Amino acid sequence: MDSYQETVFKLKRYWADRGCIVQEPYDLELGAGTMAPETFLRVLGEKPYKAAYVQPSRRPADGRYGENPNRLYKHQQLQVILKPAPADVIEQYLGSLEAIGIDLVKHDIKLEEDNWESPTLSAWGVGWQVMLDGLEITQFTYFQQCGGIDLEVVPAEITYGLERIVAFLQDVESVYDIEWAPGFKYSDVRLADEQQFSIYNFEMADVQRLWRLFDEHEGECKELLARFRKASDQSRFPILAAYDQVLKCSHLFNLLDARGAISVTERVAVIARVRKLATAVAAAWVRQQNPAAEKEVA
Amino acid sequence: MPDLLLEIGVEEIPDWMIEPALESLDSNLAPVMEKLGGGQAWTDATPRRLVYRSRYTLDKEPDEDTLVQGPSLGAGEKAAAGFARKMGVAVTELSPMDTGKGLYFSVRRQTIGLPARELLAAALPAAIAGVQFPKTMHWAAKDGIRFIRPIRWVLALLDDEIVPFEIGGVASGDWTYGHRVLGGKGPIHITIGEYYPMLRENYVVVRASDRESRIRAGLGEGVRPDPELLKTLVYLTEFPTAIRGSFDPQYLALPAEILSTVMRHHQRYFTVETPAGTLSPEFVTVTNTDGDEDGLIRKGNERVLRARFNDARFFWRVDQQKKLSARVEDLAKVTFQAKLGSYKEKAERVQQLAVQIATRVHADENVVSIAALLSKCDLTTEMVKEFTELQGIVGGLYAREQGEGEAVAMAIYDHYKPVSMEDSIPRSLEGQVVALADKIDTLRECFRVGLIPTGSKDPFALRRAAQGMVKILAEAKLPVDLFSFVGSNEELLQFLHERIAHYLREVKGFPYDEVNAVTAAKAGVLPDVLDRLTALHDVRSTPNFEPLAASFKRIENILKQAEVGDTGLVKPELLAPGPEQDLYHSFLRVRNEMTKGGSYSAKLTSIASLRPQVDLFFDKILVNDPDAAIRRNRLALLAGLLTEFSTIADFSEIVTQGGNAQN
Repeated sequence: MDSYQETVFKLKRYWADRGCIVQEPYDLELGAGTMAPETFLRVLGEKPYKAAYVQPSRRPADGRYGENPNRLYKHQQLQVILKPAPADVIEQYLGSLEAIGIDLVKHDIKLEEDNWESPTLSAWGVGWQVMLDGLEITQFTYFQQCGGIDLEVVPAEITYGLERIVAFLQDVESVYDIEWAPGFKYSDVRLADEQQFSIYNFEMADVQRLWRLFDEHEGECKELLARFRKASDQSRFPILAAYDQVLKCSHLFNLLDARGAISVTERVAVIARVRKLATAVAAAWVRQQNPAAEKEVA
Repeated sequence: MPDLLLEIGVEEIPDWMIEPALESLDSNLAPVMEKLGGGQAWTDATPRRLVYRSRYTLDKEPDEDTLVQGPSLGAGEKAAAGFARKMGVAVTELSPMDTGKGLYFSVRRQTIGLPARELLAAALPAAIAGVQFPKTMHWAAKDGIRFIRPIRWVLALLDDEIVPFEIGGVASGDWTYGHRVLGGKGPIHITIGEYYPMLRENYVVVRASDRESRIRAGLGEGVRPDPELLKTLVYLTEFPTAIRGSFDPQYLALPAEILSTVMRHHQRYFTVETPAGTLSPEFVTVTNTDGDEDGLIRKGNERVLRARFNDARFFWRVDQQKKLSARVEDLAKVTFQAKLGSYKEKAERVQQLAVQIATRVHADENVVSIAALLSKCDLTTEMVKEFTELQGIVGGLYAREQGEGEAVAMAIYDHYKPVSMEDSIPRSLEGQVVALADKIDTLRECFRVGLIPTGSKDPFALRRAAQGMVKILAEAKLPVDLFSFVGSNEELLQFLHERIAHYLREVKGFPYDEVNAVTAAKAGVLPDVLDRLTALHDVRSTPNFEPLAASFKRIENILKQAEVGDTGLVKPELLAPGPEQDLYHSFLRVRNEMTKGGSYSAKLTSIASLRPQVDLFFDKILVNDPDAAIRRNRLALLAGLLTEFSTIADFSEIVTQGGNAQN
C-alpha cells in the first residue's frame, strides 16, 4: 500500500511524463488550486502551457476543529492544467488512476455533469465530477472564461482531491488515519493545524483588523493597476504582485465570512470588489503578454 | 432501401439532456430525409454517443424542373436580351409563359438533384451543430464549434460507405469506440450490420430500453420504484449492472428522510424497503461495469455511504447543540434575496401574516406563530447546508427532537408543500396556514421589487408558489379570501387571477367559460369558487340554462347601450300587466328563494326557472318605450335581474350555442 506521499509522487511523475511542468504550491493562502497564477493567469492568452502542482487549499468555513473525519479547513488538491486540452485528455486522466494502482476494470467510474463557476474570479467552465465507486475523487473542467475573459484556447483543468483518493486507496474511514509517510499519519502532520485554525477562523480572528487588511490589500492592488495603465514600459510591470493582492483579499473575504462578519447586504458587494480586481488584473496580464494584439483591438 | 447510420461520439453528455438532444437531431434531419423521399428513422443514445439511423426511399434527390420568369413580352428586345444573358442562354431559347397577369419571357431550368451521399455530406454537419442543448462549450478555440461536450469521433455510413465530412476538427469515418474501460482499445471499424453486435461485444448497450431492462432485471427484491432515478442511470451508463450493498442497521436510528436523501439524491442508489414499508439497511447501486467479482465496488460504495451517514449523524449531533429557537438571530446572515434582505426579516413577516390567517381559519395561533418564526431556522443548520433539498423537513425533525411539540414540528415539516401540482398539501391546518403565509410573502415581496415572472423565465418559482397557495386554499377548503392578504399590487392581483383560472381549468378540468363566469363574480374564496363552479357546471346541461345565459348577455348589452347610470328601484305601479308584471313577480319569487339559503345548484336552478318569463318579456315588451319613465323602469327591472343573479356566476361569460359570449 502506497503512503500519501508515494501516491503524490506517482501522480506528479505521471504528469511530468506527459510534458507537465511540475510546480510547487503557490506560497499564499488560496481557496483552490485554480487561484494559483499557474492556472488563473496562464490559461489566458494563446500560449500553450502544461503544469501540475499540489495546492494546499484553505477554506476557513469548512473547518471542523479536526472532529469530522472527512471535512478539513485545509485540504490538498493536485491541480493539473493542460492548455490546450488534448483530444485524449480523459484517457490520459484515466491512465493516471491506473498509475496510482486503481484497476479500472474492477471499479466503477462515472463522469457526472458538474459545471464550475467562481463569481469572485469571474470564471466558469463545464465538466464533470469523476465518481469512483460512488466517491467523488476529481473535478474535471473545460475552462471557458477566466477573469471575465473568454479563453482563446480551452484548457482542461483536472483537480484531484488527494485526501479522498488516498483514503480510498488505503481503505481508511477517516482522513486522519491516512498514512502520510511510513510511520506518520495524516493526523500527526495536520491535526493541530485543523484544530488551531478552526479556533482562530471561527472564534478569534479580529474582524476589525481583517476589514482593515482587506482595504489595505485592495488599495495596493488598485494603486498598482493605476500605475500599470500609465506605465511607459508595461512589459516589466509587476502585474504578478497585483495578483497577489487579489489573492490576499479573497482569503480575507473567506475569513470574514467564516467569522460571520459579512452581512447579507454586504456580501454581494464584497464579492464584486474582489471580482473587479481579479478581472482588471486578468486584462492587464493579457495586455502585458501580448501588447500587439491589444493594439489591433484598439 | 438506402441505409444511413450516424453516430456522434461525444464525451459524457449530461444524462438529462440526452433525450431532448435526440429529438433535436431527428427534427434537424427530417427535411433532409424528406428530400430523399422520406422513410423511417430511429434514434438511440448512451452518455457517449448520439445515434441516428434511417432507411429512406431514394438514392438521390429528385431533379427539379423550374420555369424562371423574366420580363414581360412587351418590355422589348433589349430586356429580353438582358434576361437571356443573365440566365446564360440564347434569346432564341426563351419561351413565353402565361402568368395569368399577362405573357412573360421565361426560361426552363433543370436542377439536377444531388446523390444522397453528397447531399448528406453537405447537410450532416449543420444538422449536428444545430442540436439544441441548454448549455454548450468550446473545446478547441473560442471561434470553433459549440456543442454540449467535445465531439471525439463521427461514424457516418451510407450503405456501408463513409459519408465524408468534417465537424469540430473531426473527420467522419467508419469506426466507433467501445466502453471506456471494458471495450477494446482504439477504434472499431464496422459495417452497419455489425454496429449493434460489435458494440455489445465491446460492452456498450446502445439502446436505452435495453439498458433499462438490464437495470430492472438486476434490482432484486424490495427495491422502491424510482422512475426518475432509473432514467438518470440509464443515461449515465453504457453497460449498467446493478449491485446490492448494505449498511449497518444502527444508522436506521437516523430519520428515514435523511437516509433516503443521501442514498437517492447524493449517491444515486435505489433504496430498499422491508415488507412493512420501512427502510431496510440495504441499497442498490447501478454501475457502468460488468459485475463486481471481487466485491470491491460494493465495498467501496458501502464505505462512501458509511462516511455520508456518519456526516449526517455528526450534523445531527452538532445541530442539536443549538436549538432552532436560538437560531432566529442567525437568520439575519442568510440572504432571502439580494433585494429583499435576510431570512430573519422574512420569517418575521411570515409569522405576522400567518397569525392573521390563523385567526380567520381558527387555527391554533400559538402553534402557527412559533412554527412560522422557526420555519426557516433550519437554513442555518449543518444538515440543511449539506442536504439543501431537506429544508423544512429537517426543521420539522429538529423541532420534534427539541420538544417544540408535534403540531409545531408538523407545520414546519410541511411548510414547503405542495412542491408540485402532484404533491399533497400540508397535513395539518397549522401547516397549511404557515405554508400559505410563506408563499404569500414570497409573492408579495418579489412583486414589490419587480421580480416578476416573464414568459418561460420564473427564477424564483413564483408560479409554483401561487399555484401551491391556490391548491392549499381549495383542497383544505379554507374559507378566506385570498385577495384580503396579498395587498394591492395590480400586477400581483392579475397574476393571481391567472393562476386561479389556470388551476380551475388545468387541474380541476372545468371549461374556460364556466371558470370565467364564476371568477368574474368573485374569485378569492377558493372553496366557494369551486362550489359555485361545480353547481354551474351541473346546471349548465339543463335545458333552461343556456338560453337564459344568452338572455343575460342580452340584458347586459341593453343596459350598456342605454347608458343610464343608476336606474333606481323598480316602481311596481309602472309595470304593465302581462309579461312585464309576470317577470317582476318571478324575479321577486326567485330573489326570495335565494335569500332562504340552500345550495348553489338549487339557486342556479331557481334562476334558470326564470327563462320562460324572460323569453316572454323580450318577445312581447319593447324596453325602449317612448315614455322615459316607463323605459327607465324597464331598465331598472333588467338591472335588478342582472345584479341580483350575477353573484354566483356572471352568466354573460358563458359561451352559448347562439354565439360567442365574449362578443
